[in-house]
Amino acid sequence: MISIDIEKSLNSHNHLSVLQITQEIPVGSITKIYGPSGAGKTTLIKVIAGLTRPEKGRIRFNDITWLDTENGIFVSPQQRKVGLVFQQYALFPNMTVLQHLRYATNDETWIKQLLTIGKLEAFAQQKPEYLSGGQQQRLAILRAMATKPQLLLMDEPFSALDPEMKTELINDLQYLWKELATTVLVVSHNPLELEGIFQQEILIKSPVAGA
Amino acid sequence: MDLSPVILTLKLAAITTVLLLLIGLPVAWWLSKSKSILKLIIEAIITMPLVLPPSVLGFYLLLAFSPQHGIGKWLRDVFDVQLVFSFPGLILASVIYSLPFMIGPIKSALQQLPPSLAQASYTLGKSERQTFMHVLLPNIRASVLTAATLTFVHTLGEFGVVLMIGGNIPGVTRVASIAVYDAVENQDYSSANAYSLILFGITFITVISVFVFNKYKAKSPLE
Repeated sequence: MISIDIEKSLNSHNHLSVLQITQEIPVGSITKIYGPSGAGKTTLIKVIAGLTRPEKGRIRFNDITWLDTENGIFVSPQQRKVGLVFQQYALFPNMTVLQHLRYATNDETWIKQLLTIGKLEAFAQQKPEYLSGGQQQRLAILRAMATKPQLLLMDEPFSALDPEMKTELINDLQYLWKELATTVLVVSHNPLELEGIFQQEILIKSPVAGA
Repeated sequence: MDLSPVILTLKLAAITTVLLLLIGLPVAWWLSKSKSILKLIIEAIITMPLVLPPSVLGFYLLLAFSPQHGIGKWLRDVFDVQLVFSFPGLILASVIYSLPFMIGPIKSALQQLPPSLAQASYTLGKSERQTFMHVLLPNIRASVLTAATLTFVHTLGEFGVVLMIGGNIPGVTRVASIAVYDAVENQDYSSANAYSLILFGITFITVISVFVFNKYKAKSPLE
């Protein structure tokens, strides 16, 4: 079980608001996080990944405390080792597709399998600047999966894919997630996205005004 | 014409550049991510050589490393080392004087990289050092080259600081810029012209090479 109970201030458009989330997520499930722009969806997954610290709260993953502000516990992102697909991909401009995956893992068989799933075998030696938006997005997903994370966080991961590619990729990923017992949290602003795939959803409403 | 000032200048510039790369990369990295008050103070200290008259900096270095005072006395008593009027003294002065030329461009380049690059690396389990070596540094190569070149050519042209701390000892501390001054003082204009042309040529070729290497993308220090 992933247990989240956090409070994080958000600075947007010169006014202060607060993101408050209390949620329990079953391990191995697929959860969709949706809500309006600026509600704090991206902030939430960065807090879970350990890239941003909330002012208050606790996060536990499988009985391991990742964050407890009261007791001063903060597990680093390196130790949490969640898979994270960034909204803007965050690909490394100096690395080819293959180098991205080799940076994340030494398992060559796994790398080959990932390249096949992402249909990027032919582009293995290409750097991100020579890839299309859809190819870049697939590489970002493959890189996040490369470490076989127990928890995968995805921020608008399918926005640049055509419907056919998206369906095919999601099917393949679902198979992998099941095999690896991966817990998946997918951020989407589209309420209809991933219909029939996720087991639960979290609606993040507009944040409450801060003091 | 005596070529030893030119050789000494090139040696000084090369050693200073290598040392400043070793010092400047970690310092610039720390400055690019730190938000502490200490950062402001260190940034101000690093910027001082840009705005201080070189003779003032040289004077204080001369005082600090004079064998009769403070650090200089301690160095002489404990390690039997004298930095003033010596080549190692010139290196120390050059490192301090050229510090902002190495750190400034590297720090700016690191600050311009999207934070998500480092964050993506952290989520893959990579340490800050691994992230710096494999992700950040390769993506600021052009700026590192620009910084190293600026440092090199700036050291070639140093005058006030090296004169104050090194004096004008042939073969030891007489660098090309001092040789020009010395030649003019002695009304030996042909030697002054020869040294000046060599300095101009080396500097021009070095800067042009960087622009070509960076495919015309090298940043001006004033940008």
